[in-house]
Amino acid sequence: MTQAEIKLCSLLLQEHFGEIVEKIGVHLIRTGSQPLRVIAHDTGTSLDQVKKALCVLVQHNLVSYQVHKRGVVEYEAQCSRVLRMLRYPRYIYTTKTLYSDTGELIVEELLLNGKLTMSAVVKKVADRLTETMEDGKTMDYAEVSNTFVRLADTHFVQRCPSVPTTENSDPGPPPPAPTLVINEKDMYLVPKLSLIGKGKRRRSSDEDAAGEPKAKRPKYTTDNKEANLDRFHQHFRDQAIVSAVANRMDQTSSEIVRTMLRMSEITTSSSAPFTQPLSSNEIFRSLPVGYNISKQVLDQYLTLLADDPLEFVGKSGDSGGGMYVINLHKALASLATATLESVVQERFGSRCARIFRLVLQKKHIEQKQVEDFAMIPAKEAKDMLYKMLSENFMSLQEIPKTPDHAPSRTFYLYTVNILSAARMLLHRCYKSIANLIERRQFETKENKRLLEKSQRVEAIIASMQATGAEEAQLQEIEEMITAPERQQLETLKRNVNKLDASEIQVDETIFLLESYIECTMKRQ
Amino acid sequence: MAGNKGRGRAAYTFNIEAVGFSKGEKLPDVVLKPPPLFPDTDYKPVPLKTGEGEEYMLALKQELRETMKRMPYFIETPEERQDIERYSKRYMKVYKEEWIPAGPKPKKAKDAGKGTPLTNTEDVLKKMEELEKRGDGEKSDEENEEKEGSKEKSKEGDDDDDDDAAEQEEYDEEEQEEENDYINSYFEDGDDFGADSDDNMDEATY
Repeated sequence: MTQAEIKLCSLLLQEHFGEIVEKIGVHLIRTGSQPLRVIAHDTGTSLDQVKKALCVLVQHNLVSYQVHKRGVVEYEAQCSRVLRMLRYPRYIYTTKTLYSDTGELIVEELLLNGKLTMSAVVKKVADRLTETMEDGKTMDYAEVSNTFVRLADTHFVQRCPSVPTTENSDPGPPPPAPTLVINEKDMYLVPKLSLIGKGKRRRSSDEDAAGEPKAKRPKYTTDNKEANLDRFHQHFRDQAIVSAVANRMDQTSSEIVRTMLRMSEITTSSSAPFTQPLSSNEIFRSLPVGYNISKQVLDQYLTLLADDPLEFVGKSGDSGGGMYVINLHKALASLATATLESVVQERFGSRCARIFRLVLQKKHIEQKQVEDFAMIPAKEAKDMLYKMLSENFMSLQEIPKTPDHAPSRTFYLYTVNILSAARMLLHRCYKSIANLIERRQFETKENKRLLEKSQRVEAIIASMQATGAEEAQLQEIEEMITAPERQQLETLKRNVNKLDASEIQVDETIFLLESYIECTMKRQ
Repeated sequence: MAGNKGRGRAAYTFNIEAVGFSKGEKLPDVVLKPPPLFPDTDYKPVPLKTGEGEEYMLALKQELRETMKRMPYFIETPEERQDIERYSKRYMKVYKEEWIPAGPKPKKAKDAGKGTPLTNTEDVLKKMEELEKRGDGEKSDEENEEKEGSKEKSKEGDDDDDDDAAEQEEYDEEEQEEENDYINSYFEDGDDFGADSDDNMDEATY
């Protein structure tokens, strides 16, 4: 784990779980897997607090445990999972677009609590929805359960690994920590939940159930569910590919690509290099209802997509009117390259970007050739090349002419290694987010007194309005905050919003780069 | 040989022309201090994306931040004892529910590993069915919570002194308890009734 990642994890843990959990978490990330007593000894915290912190971390899937030989249980932190905490708003918003408010609240509760049983989730969400509904209306449990089942069917929610059921009860002492297993097939099973009831009070639901036979009593399920982040990532990746196609070509072709991706959602695993081949007839049948393009037009679009130099779509055969696949890895590589190009352009200017694209295209190119091909005067070209080299966007490849590697008799070729440039950029992104968070915390701390004052004033106004106060009194209270203070508050709010929005956007770049690096590493 | 332009003159091992400097001595000054912390950039950053989605995510993020602070998972650092306890502190305490991970305590383990050994859950379920047969609808839930609460309290205690016998004893006690809200120990010592409960009473005793 790089220093930047550790710093970012520390900031995230501190913001979400407090300092004790942060201390333990960061210690585990730094030192790898450790048993309980060593953690307590090394961090200097009491055993009790370490246990509490580990409970919280394990509940949220940030730390896993394993029994090693001699019965020692060791805890290991998952640094990449901690970094996912940045993406929670995006997960929740995506569910909102797909499954509306109910789904949004379900995923929010699952993310906030780490893991929950289905009954607990359904209850919490129904209660929350009931609060926001008008008086008298209550949210039906069944509706929430249905949304939950739909989320499980599309794999956005999955079961957590649980203790395996043993046929014969263990005669000896049970192991110090259970080894959790999960059967692949059972990952998305949902228990038959027969929760009858409405959102408001549990008592009323029990009274309703009193007259019914025992079989229909609310059964509380015991296995936990968690949000399946990989599925969300798959969805984000598909979104990125579709919008890239829309930008490059037009709306119709992006719809075709979206249809193809939707058809392969469940059949293709998330780390496959390309989707299963789909025949043109199948695609035609599965196009959304609004799109009535003829078969020939569809075929033309598919041919165009397959011939595109970006190679998002490839043709893998001719049966069924033409078999087409989506090259997921190539698509991710193109997206990562586009990100790099855009960063170079925004940082160094469009001429630099031209040189960058040239080197990307030619793979290895000498300095003299760069000046010729890019049509940029020599001095400027050299300057730009060195700037990019010093920032590690490019690297040099030496080809010696003589065995003594004399510099005057060696070829120096400029090249762009996309993988290492992507890693460098990712590292920079982590640093930027850490800076953004720190700055936001600093701004909030600076104005803490003012924020508290404004909160108190708001509370007073709210209570006075509830008890029915006159306009003049409310005015008086509002004037407790002077005009310059109000302006200060406005500036603070604007700055904090900007910093937060920047965090969210940098996280989008992080997602692209991480997906690309992950799929490239898998391929090797 | 060919590169020696006189004694003491520096000769570069590479062709200086290739780097971009002509064969003069107009090399740039040596930099003696680190680059500035916030250098001026020629190209200003692109403005942030705006839109309905982005605004919603922003509001969500800020809400989540606030919500996480109130969740029981947020463990507050215990503050140091202050010399003078401020009066207003009493009224600013935030109510936070205590979260204890579900699952009975491990029997002999030194660490509070999370897990749900199926045997104890089966016991709990069996007891729930028994209590159902007794015909208490609401109270069985409360009992269950009480049972969980007592189980966890005993988990929080010393792990080294776990005895199976002690567990069973506690279990039996819970089972035999009557379904009411009175704690059994209140009325055990008839003599001392009244004298013990003076500690936290706010009203005056007549």
